[in-house]
Amino acid sequence: MRDVAIVGFAQSKHLAADTHRNEVEILMPVVAEAIERSGVDRKSIGFTCSGSCDYLIGAPFSFVQALDAVGAWPPIQESHVEMDAAWALYEAWVRLQHGDLDSALVYGFGKTSMGDVTEIMTLQLDPYYLAPLWPDTVSLAALQARAYLEASGKSERDTAEVAARSSRDAASNRNAVRSGDKSADDVLAESPVVSPLRPSDCPPVTDGAAAVILAAGDLVPRLTDRPVWIRGIAHNVEPHSIGTRDLAQSRSTRAAAEKAGVSTGKIDVAEVHAQYSHEELILSDALGLTNGVTMNPSGGALGANPVMATGLIRVGEAASRIASDGASRAVAHAAQGPCLQQNLVCVLEG
Amino acid sequence: MSEPVTVMNAPIRLDFEIGAGTAQSRYLKGLMEGKIRGQRCPVCKKVYLPPRGSCPTDGVPTEEEVEVAETGTVTTFCVVNIAFSDRAPEVPYVCGQVLLDGADTALLALVAGIKAEECRMGLRVKAVWMPRDEWKYSSENIKWFEPTGEPDADYDTYKEYL
Repeated sequence: MRDVAIVGFAQSKHLAADTHRNEVEILMPVVAEAIERSGVDRKSIGFTCSGSCDYLIGAPFSFVQALDAVGAWPPIQESHVEMDAAWALYEAWVRLQHGDLDSALVYGFGKTSMGDVTEIMTLQLDPYYLAPLWPDTVSLAALQARAYLEASGKSERDTAEVAARSSRDAASNRNAVRSGDKSADDVLAESPVVSPLRPSDCPPVTDGAAAVILAAGDLVPRLTDRPVWIRGIAHNVEPHSIGTRDLAQSRSTRAAAEKAGVSTGKIDVAEVHAQYSHEELILSDALGLTNGVTMNPSGGALGANPVMATGLIRVGEAASRIASDGASRAVAHAAQGPCLQQNLVCVLEG
Repeated sequence: MSEPVTVMNAPIRLDFEIGAGTAQSRYLKGLMEGKIRGQRCPVCKKVYLPPRGSCPTDGVPTEEEVEVAETGTVTTFCVVNIAFSDRAPEVPYVCGQVLLDGADTALLALVAGIKAEECRMGLRVKAVWMPRDEWKYSSENIKWFEPTGEPDADYDTYKEYL
């Protein structure tokens, strides 16, 4: 495999509702900042790939307008995934494996304040049996939380600890939209949204964007003396129907972690795409992470959840811990689909 | 055996509250004042109308506002023979790309005041506004475009905009 490095990362200062700016206006400064930090020449970028969801704005091909933020002239090599932009990063990583290009721009954006994202995501379910029942994402997550608690013997206090720690960590993340000095008792005192999930167990509505610059080959040492290398990256998917899956564990995360080589060395820090507190515990089990690992120091998706950029931000946050906070090996994870259906695992090293 | 199910109804409804964004909000506010405002790219100097806040060629913000004229040139057009809008004139009518003087992108707009078969590329037109008391934050404040009576624009003046 050809070594690929993360040489630039930027994200918006996320907002609960960015009422003044459209997606392109949110995205444009983020793309410019990531390019500037990387030192790569914008016009020399070999490949561009984005992740977003047209359903969030309710307009087909809205991702095409987002190219306004890139400056796609002269014509560029470009692709899009209707998924979290972590999968756009995966596509870009594959593209760089071809060996003919040395750089890629990856970006994702989501303005979830315009609709009810918990209902919009119902349309990703099978259209015959499940979607017509309109099970919103919080209800499905609550089913998984209950399945996990019963199978694992963990309690609601354990998930409340995750929510409280995320809230405290998000306080030092200037891009988070929700944070606070909260204890597990504070979380447990909240009224459930859908039992066993309380408001602090669920992600905040968030508008935002993120961008990553990848580099490979001779370009890397020309850009930085502190590259963050992608040592392994893999993604796996489980059946679409949640009724055919064991919701108490994440087999696809486990399989992806094995392929990405998570267990071949000590992990210092992990950024996992857990939109609900119990998901962090399921993912932590599946990734084989032990007590010594710093979990979601950014506050994770519970601090800011710009849907379709949230997973890419996990990669960027994990890379930042290596680039500037002294971590030497990190794992980033992204999830897609109902109840952690599809999972991507990325191992990063300094 | 009963009949196989070949059709099922699964009604879907999602509600959205869409913001116009900074650039288009300025454009719509301009239309409330009877002004047509584009934005100029600081790199390629093109004036985008309506503005989207960015130059798709250069990928940079377009913050300089530029008022453009309400006169322009029909660069290309089509004749519509099916009535589908209350606002439109009787069929057949003309939908044209109107390149306003001072803008570098054409607006899709109705062209009236001329028989459909007489509309042509290069036709000079001007905006006809709705009555002022009907103005709102909408492109519909411009009812349509009508011929100015000037000689047709030379092809070379708009060939880059087709």
